[in-house]
Order: sequence, then structure tokens, then C-alpha cells
Amino acid sequence: MNETTPAPGSPVRTPVQTPAPAGGSAPGPARAAEPAVKQRVAELVQRQGVLAVLLTVVLVASFVYPTFATLDNARGMTVQASFLAVVALGMTLVIITGGIDLSVGSVFALGGVLAAWASPWGFFPALLVPLVVCGAFGLLNGVLIARAGMAPFIVTLATLLAARGILLAFTDEGATTYLVPKDSAFAELGQGGVWGFGHPVLIALALFGAGGLLLQRTSFGQTLFAVGGSADAATLMGLPVARTKILVYTLSGLLAGLAGALSAARLSSGVTIVGVGMELDAISAVVIGGTLLVGGAGSVSGTLWGVLLLAVIQNLINQIGSLNSSYQSVVSGGFLIVVVVAQRYLARSRRTT
Amino acid sequence: MTAQATLSPPARPLARLRDPAWYQEYGVYVAVAVLLLFNALFTEHFMTAGNLRTQLVQVAPVVIVALGMALVIGTEGIDLSVGSTMALAAAFLPLYLGYGLVPALVVSLLAGAAVGAVNGTLVSLVGLQPIVATLALFVGGRGLALVMADGQLKQIVNPDLLALGTGSFLGVPLVVLIAGVLAVAVAFLVRRTTFGRQVVAIGGNRPAAALAGLPVRRVLIGVYVLCGVLAALAGILATARLTASDPSSLGTLMELSAITAVVVGGTPLSGGSVRVLGTVAGALLMQLLRATLVKHDLPDSTAQIAQAAIIIAAVYVARERRSR
Repeated sequence: MNETTPAPGSPVRTPVQTPAPAGGSAPGPARAAEPAVKQRVAELVQRQGVLAVLLTVVLVASFVYPTFATLDNARGMTVQASFLAVVALGMTLVIITGGIDLSVGSVFALGGVLAAWASPWGFFPALLVPLVVCGAFGLLNGVLIARAGMAPFIVTLATLLAARGILLAFTDEGATTYLVPKDSAFAELGQGGVWGFGHPVLIALALFGAGGLLLQRTSFGQTLFAVGGSADAATLMGLPVARTKILVYTLSGLLAGLAGALSAARLSSGVTIVGVGMELDAISAVVIGGTLLVGGAGSVSGTLWGVLLLAVIQNLINQIGSLNSSYQSVVSGGFLIVVVVAQRYLARSRRTT
Repeated sequence: MTAQATLSPPARPLARLRDPAWYQEYGVYVAVAVLLLFNALFTEHFMTAGNLRTQLVQVAPVVIVALGMALVIGTEGIDLSVGSTMALAAAFLPLYLGYGLVPALVVSLLAGAAVGAVNGTLVSLVGLQPIVATLALFVGGRGLALVMADGQLKQIVNPDLLALGTGSFLGVPLVVLIAGVLAVAVAFLVRRTTFGRQVVAIGGNRPAAALAGLPVRRVLIGVYVLCGVLAALAGILATARLTASDPSSLGTLMELSAITAVVVGGTPLSGGSVRVLGTVAGALLMQLLRATLVKHDLPDSTAQIAQAAIIIAAVYVARERRSR
């Protein structure tokens, strides 16, 4: 997963190799090799810097707060983070194509309410109903963006409002809360687990594995990078740009709906007020994870570390009892600035060397 | 504005109704007029001075924020942090009211300017994308406001500040008056000053503006500072109106309302044009739409869906014109 991104990797190596057989002069390759090493380091820091920060924070926290490095805490934290992780996975794919999906928070909430509403009919309706409706929302986003050529920011802003409106209409303006039947298979999906790690965590991990494979090992994934790098160039190359965009927004809608359904199973009810501002949390996680908002570069693994970093920050603020929870957003915002500014300078040094 | 000159004048008066550019130019005013007409005919107690006054007072903070947002969008940027800036301004107010109204106002406005300066620096000097740059303060700003206010709602008892929220001049509420004056001032800024022309030029083509020797970085920072100050002012007025400083909920989703007003008003997200009057009309349209639906006993959910439809329609019309 970590080896190849088409954009930064390949152009670096070619100048090192080509002049050697052609000219045969010693300084050529030597001079080219040095920036190549520098670039590799910059690239490594950019791609794995978040992981390093995450590990450092976890390590320090484990020594300072004995209650942090316990299995129970890890279990609770990962379940909390898994819903955002699933949403952020879809967001990563969308952002790699150079787009953005602001509707995921509302779609997440809608998915949860629909899942809870459908859960009395059994396990599969509870999963399928939110997936179909939320997938349709994603499809609508995709069609408006790819076929009608409208700006992703504004289209998904409109569907953010629409999904929230439909959710409110569906729950009598938020007055009705649909409950998931106790001891049903669907409730088990959210509350049960393996070795104490909740099913949502395992599902999120599986989805990230699949997402990584999709991005790096399939032509669809490579098309995403190409579209994000330059939609015009991708069109000229004969890539199905419109279809790819529609698919990626549909995927984002599906993942947001699934995350909502899992969250409803976890909470045993379709809570109507969840997901407000979740789109911005997801974007933060993706950006912290090293995916560029301009599109064309990014990784699924980085997003996972980004989500975990946000979760660890939240958890630590809770561990430090004297700080109130408002500090969490201050620290998260601070991290976001530091990471993106660092990224920006790394990217700049990479381009100029 | 300029594209109108290239279009051939309509042969028949009705022919221009088939022209999408006409809808983009005047659609929002027509929509406001239609909505007012509908309400005059079918809604009881709508066209009363009291109701119109309420609507205007409610829309004033959105208008003020949207004016700053329009300038930022004119430079091909976006400012997500306006809601948090409002909260920050509201949090600063009660802390300095002890020194009197003016110092408190100055400190609050300075807080807004500081937020804008950070945004502007990140965008212009560091070169971050506006969404990411302002996202950081969107996340952090409200947290900071809550930390400053200890997460509590504070009652405002200063009579001068309360007068700002409830007072009126010649029958017009002060809040509305301030919003109106600011709209005129921003329109003047955009049309008649060097700074305004530079904003539009940078939004139209940033590399070209830089090559033409415009002070791109300074103008960008200036625009974000202006947007921050306007947001802080909206936060102050909303606090005065609310008679309490409530940093946890003041200005939530304000960024979306402001962006909606700007976009519905016909300013393209791709920059290079600022429509001040359109922005005001866009904010009014959204407010009237919501009020109309509420007065007809339609729930809030319907209003939200209708808003979504209007945004899509507005952008669709704008797209028609750009593709020519």
C-alpha cells in the first residue's frame, strides 16, 4: 500500500537512470541521485509523518497516563473512531479525485435513522435500506458534479441540507427516535465484537484494506489518481472521467450510510442529531493523513492514522481530567495547521529540488 | 457585469427570458419579488411592518457575514471559520465589558481581525488551500471561544450593548441599519476603490494579477481580515440581540448560510466577480423562503429541502453561462 503513488514516485527515478547510459559522464547521475534521496526522505516524511506523530503521542501518553495504555481504553477508543474512519475512507477517495463531499455528515445521520427504522424487519433490511438511500444520495452528487459540471463544494453543500431535511421529515422533525430491537442480530453487529474489539472496528479495518487495494492495485484506483491529477488530461487519455466521479461519490455515500447504520446498531437507536460537522472532521483526518486537497495524491493508510490521531487527542483530553473538552478542538485545530503547513513546505521542497 | 456587453441585445422583450444569463443576473431579485408577491396575496399578516421588521432583524447577521464571504469568494477563496469567529467575538465581549462598551467592542473586533490575519497568512504566504486553512480555525476557533468563556453562557447586562441589539433609529432597527450601511460600503469598496478592483483581479486570474504587479499577498490578507472583522461584528450584534454571550451555539452553520447567500446571489465560486447587491438579495431570499414555509405551517425539514433545491438551481443556471 505504501510503495507506489504514481504521481511523485516515477518522475524522480527516470532522470537518475536515463543520463547514465546516454552520456556516460559520472557527475550526471551523482548530481541527480542526491536530490532523489532528499526527495525520497521528504516523500517518506510526508507520507508517514502522521504515523510517526501518532506513535510518538501514543508512546508518551502511555508513560504519562497509566490509564491510557490499557486494553479497555483501546477498545473504547477504536470503536468511537471506527465510524469516522469509515466516513473518512470515502472522503479520501473523493478528495483524491480533486473533489470534496460535504454531505457525509447528514448522510451518516440519515443512514443511522433509516437503519434503526428498518431494523425490526431483520438484519438485512436494516443494512440495505440505508445503503440504498445513501448510495442514491451519493449517486445524485456524482451525477450533478460529473454530468452537469457543477462545483462539488456547492452540490454537496445542497445535499447536506437536503439529507438533513429528509431526516427531519422522516422523524417528525426529530421528535421520533426509532429503536433497534434488543438482542437482534443487527444490535449485535454494533455492540458485539471479537476479543473485545467491536465489530465496527473490524469492519472499518477490512474496508480500509479493501480501499487500499482498490486504490493501489486496480485500474479504478489508478484512474482516481489520474482524474485528480488532471481531469482534462484524463479525458484526453480516454479515461471514463464522468463515470469514475459518479462512482466515487456513490461510494462515499454508501460508506457514510454504512457508518451511520453501524453507529445506530451501536447506540441501539437512530439518533437524529449525530453527524453535524462530521464532514469537516473527516476532511481534517484526510488532510492530516497527507492526502492533498487539490487531488491526485494521497493514501488510505494516512487517513487511518489521521482518524486515530484525532481519536487519541480526544481520548487524552478526557484523560487529563482538569481540561474541559473544549481543548480538544483547540488541539485538533492546532494539529491540523501544523500538519498542513509542514506538508506544504515538504511539497514545495520536493518540487524545487 | 462585463459579459452583458458581448451578448446581442434581445430582439423581442420576451426573448431574453429564454437566456440563462438573464436568470443569473436578475434571477435572485425576481425570486425575492415573487416570494414577496406570493406572501402579500396568500399569507395573512405577512406584509405588516412588524413582520418585515422581524425578518430584516433576523437576516442582518447573515448579511453582514455574507458580505465578507462574498469578498473572500471573489478572490476564489472560501472562509469556513466565520461561525467560529462569531463565537470568539461573543466570548471576548463579556470579558472586557467591565472597561466599557467601546474597549469591549474593539477587543472583539480585533479578535475577528486576528482570525482573519491567520487565515489570510495561511492562504497567501504559506499557500494553503482556503478550505484547509480556514478549516483549522473553524475547528479550533470555537474550542478557543469555549475555553475563554469556560464553556458557559454569560448574561449580558450592559445597557449600551443591549441597546445595540434592540434599539432603532427612525423606526429602523439599528442592526438592520448597520447591515445596510455595510452593504453600501462593501459595494463602494468593490466598485470604486483600487482595493476592490484588485480583489476581483486576483480572483479572476491570480498568476496574471501577480505578474501585473498587484500586491497579491497583501490584498489576500486584507480580504480575510475584513471577512473576520465582519464576522466578529455579526457575532457582537447577534450577542446583543440574544442578551447573552453563548459561544457554544452562536454562529453554528453560519458559514453554510453565508456561502449559500453568496452563491444564490450569483457570485461564482470560481472567483473574479463580487455581487454585493445579489448577496444581500440571496440572504433575503433564504430568509423569506424559510419564513414563508413556517407561516404556512410547513415544517423546518421542508424549508431545508427547498433551500437545497434553490442552491442547486442557482448553481445550475450559473453553470449554463460559464460554459459558453
